[in-house]
Amino acid sequence: MRDRESRPPIHPEGDGKIEYAEKLLALFILVPFAGSLIAIFFPSDQRGAIAWFAGAIALVCFLITAGLFPYVASGGVLRYRLDWIPELGLNFTLRMDGFAWLFSALITAIGFLVVLYARYYMAQEDPVPRFFALFLAFMGSMLGVVLSGNLILLAVFWELTSIVSFLLIGYWHHNAHARDGARMALTITGTGGLAMLVGLIIMGKIVGSYELDAVLASGDTIRNHPLYGTVLILILLGALTKSAQFPFHFWLPHAMAAPTPVSAFLHSATMVKAGVFLLVRFWPVMAGTEAWFWIVGLAGLTTLLIGAYFAIFQQDLKGLLAYSTISHLGLITVLLSLGSPLAAVAAIFHIVNHATFKASLFMAAGIIDHETGTRDMRRLSGLFHFMPITATLAMVASAAMAGVPLLNGFLSKEMFFAEAVETHLVNALDTVTPYVATIAGMFAVTYSLRFIHGVFFGQPPANLPRKPHEPPRWMRAPVDFLVLACLVVGIIPAQTIGPFLHAAVVSVLREETPYYSLAVWHGWNLPLIMSFVALSGGIGLYLLMRSYLATAVEGPPVFRLLQGQRIFERVLVTLSWKWARWLEQRLGTRRLQPQMRLLVFLALAAGASPLLFGAFELPALVIRGIDPAFALLWAIGIACAVGSAYQAKFHRLASLVLLGGAGLVTCITFVWLSAPDLAVTQLLVEIVTTVLILLGLRWLPKRIEEPVAAEDISIRVRLRRLRDVLLAVAAGGGMMLIAYTVMTRPLPETIASYFLERAYKEGGGANVVNVILVDFRGFDTLGEIAVLCIVALTVFALLLRFRPQSDSLETPEQQRVQNAFDDDHPDRDAGDSVAEYLFIPSVIMRWMFPVTGMLAAFLFLRGHDLPGGGFAAGIAMSIGFILQYMSGGTRWVEERLRIHPLRWMSIGLLVATATGVGSWFFGYPFLTSHAQYASLPVVGKFPLATAILFDLGVFSLVLGATVLILIALAHQSVRAPRAQARAARSEKGAVS
Amino acid sequence: MELILAGGIGTLTASGVYLLLRPRTYQVIIGLSLLSFAVNLFIFGMGRLRVNAPPILEPGGAGDLARFTDPVPQALVLTAIVIGFAMTALFLVVLLASRGFTGTDHVDGREQRGD
Repeated sequence: MRDRESRPPIHPEGDGKIEYAEKLLALFILVPFAGSLIAIFFPSDQRGAIAWFAGAIALVCFLITAGLFPYVASGGVLRYRLDWIPELGLNFTLRMDGFAWLFSALITAIGFLVVLYARYYMAQEDPVPRFFALFLAFMGSMLGVVLSGNLILLAVFWELTSIVSFLLIGYWHHNAHARDGARMALTITGTGGLAMLVGLIIMGKIVGSYELDAVLASGDTIRNHPLYGTVLILILLGALTKSAQFPFHFWLPHAMAAPTPVSAFLHSATMVKAGVFLLVRFWPVMAGTEAWFWIVGLAGLTTLLIGAYFAIFQQDLKGLLAYSTISHLGLITVLLSLGSPLAAVAAIFHIVNHATFKASLFMAAGIIDHETGTRDMRRLSGLFHFMPITATLAMVASAAMAGVPLLNGFLSKEMFFAEAVETHLVNALDTVTPYVATIAGMFAVTYSLRFIHGVFFGQPPANLPRKPHEPPRWMRAPVDFLVLACLVVGIIPAQTIGPFLHAAVVSVLREETPYYSLAVWHGWNLPLIMSFVALSGGIGLYLLMRSYLATAVEGPPVFRLLQGQRIFERVLVTLSWKWARWLEQRLGTRRLQPQMRLLVFLALAAGASPLLFGAFELPALVIRGIDPAFALLWAIGIACAVGSAYQAKFHRLASLVLLGGAGLVTCITFVWLSAPDLAVTQLLVEIVTTVLILLGLRWLPKRIEEPVAAEDISIRVRLRRLRDVLLAVAAGGGMMLIAYTVMTRPLPETIASYFLERAYKEGGGANVVNVILVDFRGFDTLGEIAVLCIVALTVFALLLRFRPQSDSLETPEQQRVQNAFDDDHPDRDAGDSVAEYLFIPSVIMRWMFPVTGMLAAFLFLRGHDLPGGGFAAGIAMSIGFILQYMSGGTRWVEERLRIHPLRWMSIGLLVATATGVGSWFFGYPFLTSHAQYASLPVVGKFPLATAILFDLGVFSLVLGATVLILIALAHQSVRAPRAQARAARSEKGAVS
Repeated sequence: MELILAGGIGTLTASGVYLLLRPRTYQVIIGLSLLSFAVNLFIFGMGRLRVNAPPILEPGGAGDLARFTDPVPQALVLTAIVIGFAMTALFLVVLLASRGFTGTDHVDGREQRGD
């Protein structure tokens, strides 16, 4: 997906100031993350300093936000874009419009206040650097969510908020409730986030771009697309889980195990708002359909009602606030479901209002907890006497929560009631909305009243863990400020929140922006009557239930039996334990053979299904142009393959020889069919592999074939073998069929032409295969030699701990015969025969060393133009070394030659990487090569591309790795006798 | 040509797969080697079979598919050969270590009944 269109002009005047502001946007998102990184390194006893630091960071962020307002005030948009993977449509795009601005201001302002509050809240023994580091990281992630201008980037920040929230809820990880709550929050919001990611990807595919600008411009395309329903459900899963909407609401009360500053910031003002933020963000492109109305509306209305109802019955202060938050989020969701612009205005307004009064209430609850030592409302009462200022502040905030006139909560709730009464779509849901809204409003009054009356009035408290008193001045300051904001906004909304709200509304609704009035007084109308009904009904309800609530158990009657947590735990246990166990018992096995059989069978089925059910035509069998020599060659090859398989159990050496035969046939096939490079490499690798397996043969147990009468083999064994033969024949037949089908069809246009055309012009080599390896696809080769390096080191490490089985330790029979021969002849010293074994071949092998070296150099230098190259040269050279080991023995070689395979490997890897990095210094991408010819005396002209340096690295590494593997294995034969000798010596010492 | 090579690939695969399903580690290692021959030839065959058209250009020239065979599968197979060697080496050592630790060369590290 390409997003090639140029950026739309932002401001007609387009001056340098905007550019500056856009740069500031990028810096803005970095500040909290940088602050988080620094905060980790504060010493934990510097409690004051770190709080000041975190506060300063938050304040700087807020000031930047404030400074950016003029750019977004009248529908302007700031954009910052950094290409990430533009080919995939992934860009680091930041985008700030009025709505994102409003959220940014909320996040940074409340963030700053909560930092100030946390400074006093956190206890002496709490590790504060971790708290503030996570807090700032959360602030950064949340800013990322609201400022993302790219769908994928949005999902990244979204998940980041889930993860940091998990860490913050589990901040007191010694507490089991905190751990469970954190895990539940992460499971639910993380799962929702994954669903949302899928939804966003589909949405990006529908629009043709992941850029938010493009998405917001294609509302009709999205709504009319056949995949709209899928996208809607997936994105709603993300939004509704995050905003704790029914039926995913139950994680939020459990998240209250977090420190109160976290609850105030994450679980009232910001993170839970991310869900409704997303709903507002996509409101212009997704809302207005029947599906949206029903799903969003039903979820919101249910949440609104049950959240408010459950809140009444909470005994924990924070639990009450959590359910109230759920209910208010439900209210916002309902507003967004209606699809009317006026309702969207109300939703945005309520987001801000709820953040202010709820954050202050959480902080007040924290103060009560901090100063009295409990949050249980059954134990708290009459606190007004001890903390009058806090009590007054909490009362004003609760009144805002209940929707009392002259407070900000009243304004947005009036707007909600007005919209609830309005008919949007004629159906049952629309009809019940005003009634549900009034009942929920009534419940809200009840729980607000309960919070105030229960905690601050009545009998003086008895048996409190601490003697209550007012909190420190600055701990209360954030609450002061927020409550003041509730009041001021509630009385003169148009003059205070007006311009900011308008900027947000215009940026979301654009030309759909309705006329709305933020006045306190709209005359006697139905919403006002609903408000009065709710107020008086709520007060009445509280009076009725007061005595019950004062002593009742936590949770609403009946519903308390149906606990979300229990259901959640049960689902988790079923999914991740019971079903997993069941599947493991059915499908799992600790035996390799059944697993292999299953794998082969699945591969067969996967390969066969398109052949059977797809439009597969059998190719015509053409028997033409068969070269008898080639046919003979493969007759031998087939015999070798089958023979090797047949002999592998009892005659390992024979099997190895036959395997080598099959390898040689493969090698000749490569020569025959125009692949000289492959032939050279195959031949050399074949030699090394054979030597390697020969070295290993000694350590395998003896297995001697006993003649078994045919009737003695049990029927089960026969059936099993038959089944394996059938599987093998099916696999072989399938491969044959596919290979034949493909090979008899003409070659379509491939990237081959590209390489053939450019190999010489751009890679500077005539051998296209080599140029591909060291130049065009040099990065792959670098990865490959790294793999080789890792394998060699693993082999080396495994063999360091190798302990052979005792029956493999004794001297091989052949050597015993030779030694016995020496002992029988007095003129011979012991060990002579072993040393003289294969005397002439070993002299030849010794003399071959320089020749092999020459061959390797030859293969290496011609590699770029003719068959050869670093791989082949490296393996050839390693054969030279191993021949020395074979002829002279390990000790003889290591006395004469210095062999440092580890050093060769590291030099090789360094050279190859440095060649790649070198091209950076000339301003080219990694591993760009430069080609030229150089001439040496005698040798003549040879290609000297920088690729040859890379190839030199390949050579050195392949040589080192191969030699390391081979001699590590060869050394085992030396180590074993040494160990034996040591054991014998100690025995002798004990006897004497 | 194609038929013969396809037959060869098929036989190599069948022998390899049969050995993969055997209980002894040595059988499995030989089976993997045979299978890697088959897979290499298969990938190589995807570039079609051409005689006397190795992808080696005249110095200074540009090539095309009419005169030269497809070099891409060859580059892939060249890599596969080397990695195949590394895999064989690793598997061999694991085999030896397993035999050293458990005392058996059965793939499960212990003898099973009825094999």
